[in-house]
Amino acid sequence: MTDVASPGPDPRSAIYVRGTFVPPAPPPGSIVGPLGWSRRHLFSSPANIAVTIFTILLLAWAVPPMLDWLIFNAVWTGENREACLAPEGGKVGACWAFIQAKFGQILYGRYPLDQRWRVDLVAVLFVAGLVPLAIPRVPFKRQNAVLMLTAFPVAAYFLLYGGLGLPVVETALWGGLLVTLVVAVTGIVASLPLGILLALGRRSKLPIVKLVSVVFIEFWRGVPLITVLFMASVMLPLFLPSGVNFDKLLRALIGVALFSAAYMAETIRGGLQAIPKGQYEAAAAMGLGYWQSMRLIILPQALKIVIPGIVNSFISLFKDTSLVLIIGLFDVLGIIQLNFSDANWSAPNVPATGFIFAALVFWIFCFGMSRYSQYMERRLDTGHSRH
Amino acid sequence: MTLRDTAPSPLPVRRSSGGSMLYDPTIRGIVFQILIVLALVLFGWWIVHNTIVNLRAANIASGFDFLQTRAGYDIAQKPIEYSIDDTHGDAFVIGLLNTLIVAALGIVFATILGFIIGIARLSPNWLLSKVAAVYVETFRNIPLLLQLLFWYKAVLSVLPGPRQGLVLPLGSNLSNRGLIIPRPIAGESFDVVLWALLAGIVAAYGIHRWARARQMATGQIFPSGIVGLAVIVVVTLVAYAATGGPLTLEYPELKGFNFVGGLVLKPEFMALLLGLTIYTAAFIAEVVRAGILAISWGQSEAAYALGLRPGRTMRLVIVPQAMRVIIPPLTSQYLNLTKNSSLAVAVGYPDLVAVFAGSTLNITGRAVEVIFITMSVYLIISLITAAFMNWFNSRVALIER
Repeated sequence: MTDVASPGPDPRSAIYVRGTFVPPAPPPGSIVGPLGWSRRHLFSSPANIAVTIFTILLLAWAVPPMLDWLIFNAVWTGENREACLAPEGGKVGACWAFIQAKFGQILYGRYPLDQRWRVDLVAVLFVAGLVPLAIPRVPFKRQNAVLMLTAFPVAAYFLLYGGLGLPVVETALWGGLLVTLVVAVTGIVASLPLGILLALGRRSKLPIVKLVSVVFIEFWRGVPLITVLFMASVMLPLFLPSGVNFDKLLRALIGVALFSAAYMAETIRGGLQAIPKGQYEAAAAMGLGYWQSMRLIILPQALKIVIPGIVNSFISLFKDTSLVLIIGLFDVLGIIQLNFSDANWSAPNVPATGFIFAALVFWIFCFGMSRYSQYMERRLDTGHSRH
Repeated sequence: MTLRDTAPSPLPVRRSSGGSMLYDPTIRGIVFQILIVLALVLFGWWIVHNTIVNLRAANIASGFDFLQTRAGYDIAQKPIEYSIDDTHGDAFVIGLLNTLIVAALGIVFATILGFIIGIARLSPNWLLSKVAAVYVETFRNIPLLLQLLFWYKAVLSVLPGPRQGLVLPLGSNLSNRGLIIPRPIAGESFDVVLWALLAGIVAAYGIHRWARARQMATGQIFPSGIVGLAVIVVVTLVAYAATGGPLTLEYPELKGFNFVGGLVLKPEFMALLLGLTIYTAAFIAEVVRAGILAISWGQSEAAYALGLRPGRTMRLVIVPQAMRVIIPPLTSQYLNLTKNSSLAVAVGYPDLVAVFAGSTLNITGRAVEVIFITMSVYLIISLITAAFMNWFNSRVALIER
């Protein structure tokens, strides 16, 4: 290349051969740059132009009023409802001052003010344990996971509930994001092993084990969660010997965990079915017993395949935690809704503000989880799939 | 199992003799299963025993006789006649009907919206596909209960009263009392029109059969779709005109502070329908998108190579194959919608859970029976759907060589 491009006439070359390259012409303006991009993606055909114009009109109709309501006309600070009422003849947007005033409750519920450091400490421990687990490059995964599954729950129980010298805080006082996360994390942690066992049971060769698993899974998948929660809150006390009184939160936790375990089992069964028969046979040929071959050969592969499905189950479980408000627990949504009846803050724009804030909280968690699962999917992809 | 034994002989049946019985997988399996059965029976007995003792201690009668006793409460929305003097059994029927109504309408609307969003997300138009993506990612990641409460408490309940309501065409009105639309009233000979409609549908089906047979025999294509539709419309309209227009609209009238006449869609119903539709449509959109993406580009190319035009390629090659992928998850979304309609209790729509597991349970106190019946209804709906799915899967399954 350098030979050809070298300047100056070469005496040996024929007179009619160019000694240099013609500099490349710039690409036509119609296919590069913002203009070309919009031509390709927005105005490629008459139909496409019509669609673009229609979409722009739709956005122009919907977005400015939303922004006005959410940001420009919103009330950001204030002491009480007076601040959030519309001025005479004017318009008022969201009442963020309400969220600011109730922020402590949204995080902790009615957890005693002087004890809230305990919740903070649990949150710090949780994040400190979870972040190294979530980042693939950090070492000591196994030790960390063991700590998170053994030491952390014990510490969290004593810190949140009390005991060992700490004053007891009844779960009736818990609320807000604390309850949402407690229900979600417990549900997730309990449903995964239970789901694995049920999925293995459903594929078992032992007829009774299989029957029990199938009936269990199909029962929980066939009924709505709300009837499960009704059952947990109304019927569970009937099922237990008189005198044994279950905590309301614990009842909801049991219901949620059993319910999501059934869904988890079906997700994991999909992964188990995707493992070729040769893997089972190879494991048996190596002399591994049932549990060994499951633990060492089958489950690591099966679980990897279904990571997106598992995370989807986590996401629906997280969204389902909002249902506990129907049986009288106050999660994020419940505590916000409870505060609508505060006469100090009764303004027409308060319900919408509260719901949108709760939606934002749930959205951040769910969207974050789904993005993380996509990242893990790409990372764990060992090129065995067909695509 | 000696090494010299090279001749292919059937594997010897392992006889468990004495000490190795502990390691025989068959015997282990049987023992394990017997233990499971024992544990389950003991557990079940324990629960039943506790329940009986508790019910006796609390002096609650049991049995299903309460279904024949007077309910004593009214229901806000009743598709068939019901008064407070009717029985709990009647209330159950009303609740079930309300559940089925909202589920059926929700399925129709969610399917339409979901298909539109799903196809929009695959559009070559960047702006449209991004708008569709934002829709899906927003509504999929927010709990349905929250969306229902939002529509009910933050949107529909804060609308102005009927006098200042939003005036819509045809005398409709949207206010905090709900959406009021004209009520169609069937005249005497309206059933003639319905029969004509049925006859039109039968005729259209006949035309379709004939066109297909002719195409198979001669290769000539007959536009049976458009002709069939025209037959249905024309026959129905002719019958409608011949009987003198037996359908009249009863327009709502504003009298005092509220509307009289017309068909009222209550805010509770609208909030539930709106929430279920918008939430489920986001999931259906993803199902549709995945289904279309699952059909490889080679299928389109092959169809083009055979000389099919894009519209026909879509209709004859892509859609039939995509439906095979789409329908199973679509059915499970329908099932989810039906189960999610039980969240009606949060917005006060009288569905099965709100009426039966709510009011009836509170009045009679028969928790076990009421929850059992409620759960059974949903279980039966699920099992019917599952049976349909199995039938469908076996019908459309690829027959591989």
